[in-house]
Amino acid sequence: MPTGDGAATPVAPVRPGARWRFASVRPDNLIVYIGFLAILAFFAITLGDRGFLTPENFANIARQTAMVSIMAFGMTFVLSSGEIDLSIGSVVALSALVVAVLLRADLPIVVAVAGSLAAGLLVGLANGLLTTRLRIPSFLVTLGTMTIVVGAARVLTDLEPVPVTDRTFAFLFGSGTIGPVPVLLIWTAAALVIFHVLLRRTPFGRQVLATGGNRAAARYSGIRTDRIKIAALMLGAATAALAGMLYAGRLQGARYTLGEDDLMTVIAATVIGGTSLFGGRGSIVGALVGSLLVGMLNNGLLLMGLSVSEQLIARGAIIIAAVALSLREGAP
Amino acid sequence: MPSGEARVILRVAGIRKRFGGVTALDGVDLVARAGEVHGLVGANGAGKSTLVKIVNGVYRPDEGELEVDGRPASFASPREAREAGIAMVYQEFSLIPTLSVAQNIQLGREPRNRIGLTDETELRRSAARILGDLGVAVDPDAPVGRLPVGVQQLVEIAKATSVGPSLLVLDEPTASLSQSEVEALFATIRRLCERGVAIIYISHHLAEVRKICRRITVLRDGRTTLSGETAGFSLDAIIEAMTGRVVAEVAARAAPPDASDRPPVVELRGWSLLNRLHGIDLSIRPGEIVGVAGLLGSGRTSLLRSIAGLEPAVRGEMRVAGRPVRITSPAAAASHGIAFVPEDRRREGIITGQSVQANHLLSTWGTLTRRFLVDERAALLATRSAVDRFGIRTSGPAQAMEQLSGGNQQKVVVARALARSPSLLLLDDPTTGIDIASRRELLGHLRDYADAGGAALIVSSELDELGGIAGRVLILSRGRVVRQLDRAAGEVLSESLLHAALHAPDAHPGHTG
Repeated sequence: MPTGDGAATPVAPVRPGARWRFASVRPDNLIVYIGFLAILAFFAITLGDRGFLTPENFANIARQTAMVSIMAFGMTFVLSSGEIDLSIGSVVALSALVVAVLLRADLPIVVAVAGSLAAGLLVGLANGLLTTRLRIPSFLVTLGTMTIVVGAARVLTDLEPVPVTDRTFAFLFGSGTIGPVPVLLIWTAAALVIFHVLLRRTPFGRQVLATGGNRAAARYSGIRTDRIKIAALMLGAATAALAGMLYAGRLQGARYTLGEDDLMTVIAATVIGGTSLFGGRGSIVGALVGSLLVGMLNNGLLLMGLSVSEQLIARGAIIIAAVALSLREGAP
Repeated sequence: MPSGEARVILRVAGIRKRFGGVTALDGVDLVARAGEVHGLVGANGAGKSTLVKIVNGVYRPDEGELEVDGRPASFASPREAREAGIAMVYQEFSLIPTLSVAQNIQLGREPRNRIGLTDETELRRSAARILGDLGVAVDPDAPVGRLPVGVQQLVEIAKATSVGPSLLVLDEPTASLSQSEVEALFATIRRLCERGVAIIYISHHLAEVRKICRRITVLRDGRTTLSGETAGFSLDAIIEAMTGRVVAEVAARAAPPDASDRPPVVELRGWSLLNRLHGIDLSIRPGEIVGVAGLLGSGRTSLLRSIAGLEPAVRGEMRVAGRPVRITSPAAAASHGIAFVPEDRRREGIITGQSVQANHLLSTWGTLTRRFLVDERAALLATRSAVDRFGIRTSGPAQAMEQLSGGNQQKVVVARALARSPSLLLLDDPTTGIDIASRRELLGHLRDYADAGGAALIVSSELDELGGIAGRVLILSRGRVVRQLDRAAGEVLSESLLHAALHAPDAHPGHTG
């Protein structure tokens, strides 16, 4: 608007930003929850007799979506800071292989996990440094590192899958259940709380959103925007490394193809959840809902008896619709 | 300008417009006559944009009448308004930077040759004629993106008037123009008047309005509060009509008497930046407001940016509170107590899509914590008190920043800079595009900050403003301080004196504008 004529703009209802507890259920995320419930209701009605509504099936969905959810939390930080990370799928494969190889060498679990996490963080650091120091868009940087890391993962074991025989690791990272609760659900819940608090309630989270919202304004006000972006990319890579370890634990083995198909699912889940592709706006709870929505979709379409090809077509169409709704609702 | 009562081109009577529960226009009248410039002024949010959008067919009025050339008119779209002879030049240009001047002027209406291709010769010839008629000296083949902003503005006007409109609306046309470009614009406006075009001129620059506009209409809160021949109203009368109250001018005063005894907040020696700054010496003491005047390209923005840590290539010596420092990033500047309010509010100042609070506390989150988490209560209090203290008109800290008027956005940006309690505040043209009431309020806050011992370095194109607020004004030209005017030395920093100093021939050796 040319002269910024305030009176001409209908004043929107005040968001309950002061009451932070509701901050992630702001009106601009509402459509995601409605869509989620609509799809849930649709499958509940049409697939009620095929076991969709059983607790086992929901536990199944939770297990299947855990890795995507956790990576979506990391991706929320990356996108919120105004960057993108295409290398997460390759980090999944690399970190899964690293942890499997270290365990095979009979190293303690702590060392193996630390080694795997370090590999992921290293990729994140490289992404961050290349993006901020050389001023190459992260889209291109991570496109490059993705290829490099995929290659590294293939070289690491010469394309051989590596079994994970350590039962404790397998239990802790993926296969176990505590009572009726799958360990993967606990990982997801813990990550949800940590990342939500990190984004919404710490100065770091606010600085990430400020940097992604307007880098110049944030920088001129004294925020070290380069460090913020590096940290966000490292967080993203760390969640991918964790996801890689969870895959290794759940499947009791690692392979260079792990995580291949996850990148687009993670980005779709994050954006459906109300995080802007262009930075400055992000929601961890939304990312979880987005991820569950996609997971439920996969599960429901499978139960409906669709062929793999039909599933792909239906899934793509629904994801486009969900993202469109989410973007429309979130527009300022 | 023709005398007497010229033909009425546009008559607006009793226009009302509501958006949801908000009344934007509440019975506005306006008459624009052939060959006259009609000034439309008002604070941000007064309803100027809404009125103009109704005239231009973007909105339809809820009530009221619109007459063009004596006939009732009702426009369903900007296209219908255009066909009725109404042309509009918005603040954001509609030019395509990669196309030539001629191509832009006749975009979508290119002359065709026999086989239907663009007739390049005719395109150039008619563009040259249109530009010539307006007295605009520019090469029709030049790509628009390479032209100075002022010339682009004239090309935009040439494009709008090439279809022969009877009414031209100019929205804030001088916002990004230099003084000489403004003169060129005024010359073009006068030519259009001679042709009998009626012009509605929207501006925050009351001085310009008084210079070019024969009549004036002032809006406040959607109502006409003043209307008539410009010459009949004093500046204060216009301001009062805009604000509804008497806004006192920030009183001029000398630098604080004890200023020279205290050590400088910041001291520069031989401060140089390749091709832009040449050996500047400057020291600013606590409680002192130092003004910088200079034309575009004089190095005034480079001076501020280099102190703010945004020009790592800068050379020279810098001392903060007596200690030598090297500042290579805004974060380092901030840690030395230097805060920066950039010139381009939209691109460098505010975060659109986020709340007033997020914008205000951008750089202070780290200090508002309890056990590593943001203390929401303290944060809310901080923003609420800033909203009160700066008189920011907002529904609350959670309101989206882009819903605030420009003046209120700028208050948030200044409040943010002051939230860190800086010892030196750098302001780059902080009042551009801001209504006069907000402007005076901002200057008042700056004065309060200085009274409390803060130091400021302020660049401004508004010479009356500089003269009013600064104890000392540096005249900058081609990267050098060519003159210094000091109130303490008995010099009166009047607008005319500053103007003369700025445009003195010796101040700009070989300057071409």
